[in-house]
Amino acid sequence: MAILVWIELNEGQAVSNCWELLGKAKELGREMGAEVAALLIGSDVDEAALQALAYGADQVYAATDSSLESYRLQPFAAIAEQAVKHSGATAFLANASIRGGVLAATVACRQVAGIAANATDLWVEEGKLVAARTIYSGNISARIHFESPLAVASVRPRSFAMPQPTEASGTVEKLDVAYSEDEIRQKVTDFRAVDAGEVSLTDAHIIVSGGRGVAADPPKGFEIVGELARTLGAALGASRAAVDAGYIPYKHQVGQTGKTVRPDLYIACGISGAIQHLAGMGNSKIIVAINKDSDAPIFQRAKYGIVDDLFKAVPALTAEFSKRLN
Amino acid sequence: MKVAVLIKQTPDTAELPRVTVAEAQSGEVQATMVINPWDEFAVEEAIDLADRFDCETVAISMGRESETDALKHALAMGMDNAVLVDESVIDGGDEWAAAGALAAAVRIAGEQEEVELVLAGKMSVDGNSGVIYAGVACKLGWDLLVNVTRIVDIVDGKLIAEQVFEGGQETVEAPLPVVVSVAKEINEPRYPSFMGIRKASRASIPVLGRDDLEVGPSSTTRWTDLDKQEPERVQVKIFEGDSVEEKAAQLADALMAEKVI
Ligand SMILES: Cc1cc2nc3c(=O)[nH]c(=O)nc-3n(C[C@H](O)[C@H](O)[C@H](O)COP(=O)(O)OP(=O)(O)OC[C@H]3O[C@@H](n4cnc5c(N)ncnc54)[C@H](O)[C@@H]3O)c2cc1C
Ligand SMILES: Nc1ncnc2c1ncn2[C@@H]1O[C@H](COP(=O)(O)O)[C@@H](O)[C@H]1O
Repeated sequence: MAILVWIELNEGQAVSNCWELLGKAKELGREMGAEVAALLIGSDVDEAALQALAYGADQVYAATDSSLESYRLQPFAAIAEQAVKHSGATAFLANASIRGGVLAATVACRQVAGIAANATDLWVEEGKLVAARTIYSGNISARIHFESPLAVASVRPRSFAMPQPTEASGTVEKLDVAYSEDEIRQKVTDFRAVDAGEVSLTDAHIIVSGGRGVAADPPKGFEIVGELARTLGAALGASRAAVDAGYIPYKHQVGQTGKTVRPDLYIACGISGAIQHLAGMGNSKIIVAINKDSDAPIFQRAKYGIVDDLFKAVPALTAEFSKRLN
Repeated sequence: MKVAVLIKQTPDTAELPRVTVAEAQSGEVQATMVINPWDEFAVEEAIDLADRFDCETVAISMGRESETDALKHALAMGMDNAVLVDESVIDGGDEWAAAGALAAAVRIAGEQEEVELVLAGKMSVDGNSGVIYAGVACKLGWDLLVNVTRIVDIVDGKLIAEQVFEGGQETVEAPLPVVVSVAKEINEPRYPSFMGIRKASRASIPVLGRDDLEVGPSSTTRWTDLDKQEPERVQVKIFEGDSVEEKAAQLADALMAEKVI
């Protein structure tokens, strides 16, 4: 019996939320009496394999081949299925990234297994895995019990604490890759890394977001909001109104049709707090609103607020934190 | 070539917080139902592809028998045809049952003119899963591309597209037939024209039921403890002060005390 966790690689580097998941799997494994196995698929996985062992994997399955350098669903899903069988896994877990989500779904569908998509918690009841997730855009929660021999879940980033690396005791086993490049139907013809150097919204502990409140001078507004984000080591977010007005690219959008985030601290600057914005950030631990209208709906969800012009309040806050953090 | 678009009829996003547990359990949601916002991008893309590559388009939606507003919206935007799959065919089954029914509907839609491309949205605002298109691709045995931001070309039996993931953007070639879930960046959905709305309101939408589709039962999960996520009632603390600097200092104090910074 095993819990198999897929470790996503991005240009050869493991995506760090996968370690959160591996750490949780370790806990679940102890309760279920199951071994915890990490699955690595790529062209060179040596470094990630060592990390997986340090984060507590009892077993690392490594599928390596030059044809596996970039993620393609067809071979990756086939290898994941092979690893599920080989390890005797009763659970297959992936992080709920774009690739992890679709890998989990494909493996689940092919194995006729139940799926908990975008799960936010996992635990054991009567020896079996149970998952928590929400539907209706975070408005209704549910527990998912699995009726199939294999349980599959894709798990939202930041659902579990980052584990501490420890003395490794597991082993690495190479999986025979039954795939060669000519059998892989999709071809990746071009690749461009994005987001380099920016804190990713979904991983961020702190997010500072700007909205239409910057309208008086949008470039200046996002400069000062961005400055606060940099000072706090935070990711930069935005409302749809700000994105639609072209103040900032879509990848920063938080909300119903943007990203769903769960930081410890969310600072909304010049954002009214529309339902569709709340759908993406309403589960943040602490919400702070800076808005010149004390009746803005965001204040009904915020724990702390400043009622003032953001063009003055945000730089003042940046100055305050610069003082204290240096 | 035919392009099929999978669209779901979902509650208006402004009304999502009012959906009750009982409604979620029974599926009898009282909210105003509209086309799932993510699926509008798929409809727009299909209409655009029809112009670029001279293909036919069909919108497919699984829902309750009377739920045709989303399909009418798609017709009004400019889709050629629409088909409703009566959701009772899956008998309350899981995602894979839904995917199986939609895949069967795609096959039927392709009986005269072959469907070589299925477009879907990124996620439904009620189901929030982002798995149905993966199930459809799996049931059809087709390739899948997700989070596609641009369809560059359809040529020599393959689709060339750009897709974005958390760490980057890539250009991919996939052989037809293929299932594609589209991202918001792909286009700007049009508003239905007045003529389109008139035409759509008169359209009769065929319904596929148990007699038309062979769908195996599937229930791999059991959902329990559905509960309303009431936002925590927090009493906001507004910092008062003579100057903005004073307010900022108080806020900084509070956040340091919370240990979130
Ligand atoms: C299907 C659908 C999906 C959607 N998806 C999203 C989504 O993903 N994300 C999202 O954010 N929205 C989304 N929306 C839009 C949402 O309904 C709101 O329109 C949007 O969130 C408003 O953005 P805003 O708060 O920046 O702008 P506004 O509502 O205009 O608020 C601006 C705020 O700034 C304040 N302000 C103005 N000037 C200043 C100043 N100088 N200093 C301080 N405060 C100031 C104002 O008091 C006001 O409260 C969606 C809507 C629909 C219908
Ligand atoms: N009942 C349905 N009818 C038609 N398409 C659907 C249905 N459910 C989901 N889809 C499609 O699958 C996508 C993902 O939905 P979901 O997996 O529910 O998040 C949606 O954006 C639609 O394109």
